[in-house]
Amino acid sequence: MTATTTIPATGKANEKADDAPTLSGAQMILKALTELGVEVVFGYPGGAVLPIYDEIFKQDKIRHILVRHEQAAVHAAEGYARSTGKPGVVLVTSGPGATNAVTGLTDALLDSIPVICLTGQVARHLIGNDAFQEADTVGITRPCTKHNYLVKDTDRLPDVIHEAFYVATNGRPGPVVIDLPKDVQIEKAVYKRSGQRGEHRTYRPQLDGDEAALHAAAEAFARAERPILYTGGGIINAGPEASELLAEFTRLTGAPITNTLMGLGAYPATDKQFLGMLGMHGTWEANHAMHDCDVMMAVGARFDDRVTGRVDGFSPGSTKIQIDIDLSSINKNVPVDIPVIADAGRALKRLIEIWKEQGYEKSQPDLAPWWKQINHWRTKKCLSYTDSEEVILPQKSLERLAHFTRGKDAIFSTEVGQHQMWAAQFLGFDKPNRWLTSGGLGTMGYGLPAAVGAQIAHPDRLVIDVSGEASFQMNLQELGTIAQYDLPVKIFIMNNEYMGMVRQWQDLSYDGRRSHSYSESLPDFVKLAEAYGIKGIVVEDPAKLDEAILEMLGHDGPVLMDCRVAKIENCFPMVPAGAAHNEMLLAGDVIGKPKDDDALAVV
Amino acid sequence: MKEIGPIARHTISVIVDNEAGVLARVTGLFSGRGYNIESLTVAEVDNTGERSRITVVTSGTRMVIEQIKAQLDRLVPVHKVADLTIDGAYVARDMALVKVTGTGEKRVEALRLADTFRARAVDASVNSFIFELTGSTDKIDAFVELMSDLGLVEVARTGAVALSRGPGGL
Repeated sequence: MTATTTIPATGKANEKADDAPTLSGAQMILKALTELGVEVVFGYPGGAVLPIYDEIFKQDKIRHILVRHEQAAVHAAEGYARSTGKPGVVLVTSGPGATNAVTGLTDALLDSIPVICLTGQVARHLIGNDAFQEADTVGITRPCTKHNYLVKDTDRLPDVIHEAFYVATNGRPGPVVIDLPKDVQIEKAVYKRSGQRGEHRTYRPQLDGDEAALHAAAEAFARAERPILYTGGGIINAGPEASELLAEFTRLTGAPITNTLMGLGAYPATDKQFLGMLGMHGTWEANHAMHDCDVMMAVGARFDDRVTGRVDGFSPGSTKIQIDIDLSSINKNVPVDIPVIADAGRALKRLIEIWKEQGYEKSQPDLAPWWKQINHWRTKKCLSYTDSEEVILPQKSLERLAHFTRGKDAIFSTEVGQHQMWAAQFLGFDKPNRWLTSGGLGTMGYGLPAAVGAQIAHPDRLVIDVSGEASFQMNLQELGTIAQYDLPVKIFIMNNEYMGMVRQWQDLSYDGRRSHSYSESLPDFVKLAEAYGIKGIVVEDPAKLDEAILEMLGHDGPVLMDCRVAKIENCFPMVPAGAAHNEMLLAGDVIGKPKDDDALAVV
Repeated sequence: MKEIGPIARHTISVIVDNEAGVLARVTGLFSGRGYNIESLTVAEVDNTGERSRITVVTSGTRMVIEQIKAQLDRLVPVHKVADLTIDGAYVARDMALVKVTGTGEKRVEALRLADTFRARAVDASVNSFIFELTGSTDKIDAFVELMSDLGLVEVARTGAVALSRGPGGL
């Protein structure tokens, strides 16, 4: 079935006041976006959106950023959204414009990023006729959006656009597509919103947790001898206040805390209670503490398979508390003992109050033995590596990058692979909204356009895309966008001439048969940058690394840095395929192949 | 996750906005997430024509059934989701049209059995009947099974429609 969604007309909206001015659909779209406070749209024109582009041309309230590929438009909107907390807006044409946006939409769905994507569509009478640049956009995007609309009546535009923003930004955020037939953009109607404001007729996320469940959660956590907080992207989505409340609650309880990949920055990495990231490439101390804890409190985290490892070996003895705004996140992968459906910030606020009301700080068990154990795990120094004077170690390059950017409040984006995991391990974030990465979908090519979006939102901030030479090539056309808008994005390519993570898995699980994971025929990245009028730097000598990083940071404009790093370095710690948290590998461990086909089947 | 625990059959009622695409959202959710649909019925149910009721019979472990309900509930056009199987007693009915051909003793036997099952003949020719039958899934299964020896030609069946017993409603 490829039918579409429209919102039931409420009557009032359709009554045409005698003297009310009529607007074209395209004018209505711009008016609605302006009402909603949209400042920037990332887009790419085409036949089916020409009426909207014509209106964009005539106004100056909304800025349009021309990307070079529709996928990049969505990632840029994600970067914008993640770094500002505001929804990102995308405008693309029908057919290939919409299908190119699908990867970005799926990425935003898996990472719960609020994005509104306006897609052009062929005129209503042509829908279903295999018209030029026609695609069943609502059919194609139904499983990769939080919701989607096909607007068949021009007078529905104000309501649909307002509702789309509501749906994208409320509850668990996500991408929403509005498909706009070209004749709907041209037709004129009266701009009027129907009566249904405030509460949505069906979609009303629960923001405040059940009081009894919150009390049970606080009590269980207060009684824990080995508690741990495990928090994710939900904290970031709940806004910066939620991060502050998380810090307050963590200090109040004295418990150790670990963040997921998506949750980095929600808790200061420099704080002594922070154990680092957990999961497949998480720290030794975070994963062991998760495995051995007696009470775990998950906040805005969804027990993803990269976090849990083998599910039946995941923290086997612990009582699990989960706070999430999405009921479907509860009991999905791991059975939870105390679920709380709530906004992360509101739940934390209430937990702090309950903690104080009940005087739990006095009745809490002594956590010193637990911290002693954790500090023992920390002595493993699981992120250590063997440095070299001949070649730049990837970890070293990030350590130096982190060193020189400290205090500059930089925003980092990444692509996907080894460099992403090293960035998560070594950069260290103290505040939310400064870390843009593709966690759920693992989209190579995310980082460069995401950096564009973040730099557009924050023109005066330092924005760095930590990249790999393979991922970078997936959306390198965005160098054009960077050049056009003179965005001072710094692109830090950790060039090891391999799809490093693929190569690492081939070495660990496939007897080192490096099937098609070598980056053949790489361009000269400096010349490539220069072709776009961008400064290019190459560094290979470890002795010149600092100088090169300083040159990159010191340049007043975009820079592409080709940082040649050790080619065959593996990313550790690593929870191998099909293993549990406490079966982590460290650098230098003797590594056996996966135990069985089941383990091999784990991606 | 790997299924643990017994697999049970559940009858779930979903009240949705009656808008184009809503059925695709529901069935796409089941296929996309690998849930099982044993039967599904949908029709507009209220006077103003704005709401439909979907009755879906599915099976899974406790965690999977919980997931199905939570996933359905977060679809934007969904008003309400109810698990009739755990909410208490409920009535569920399927309907079937069963075409049987035969003459002589087999034809008489088919009629007798139809009477026993309270099936009505809604079409007849000298050598065929179409029986209309409502009842539980098991009852219809049993009837179809019996007819298979008496000249069964074809069957059209609805899935289950169901309501909870007692005065309450969704």
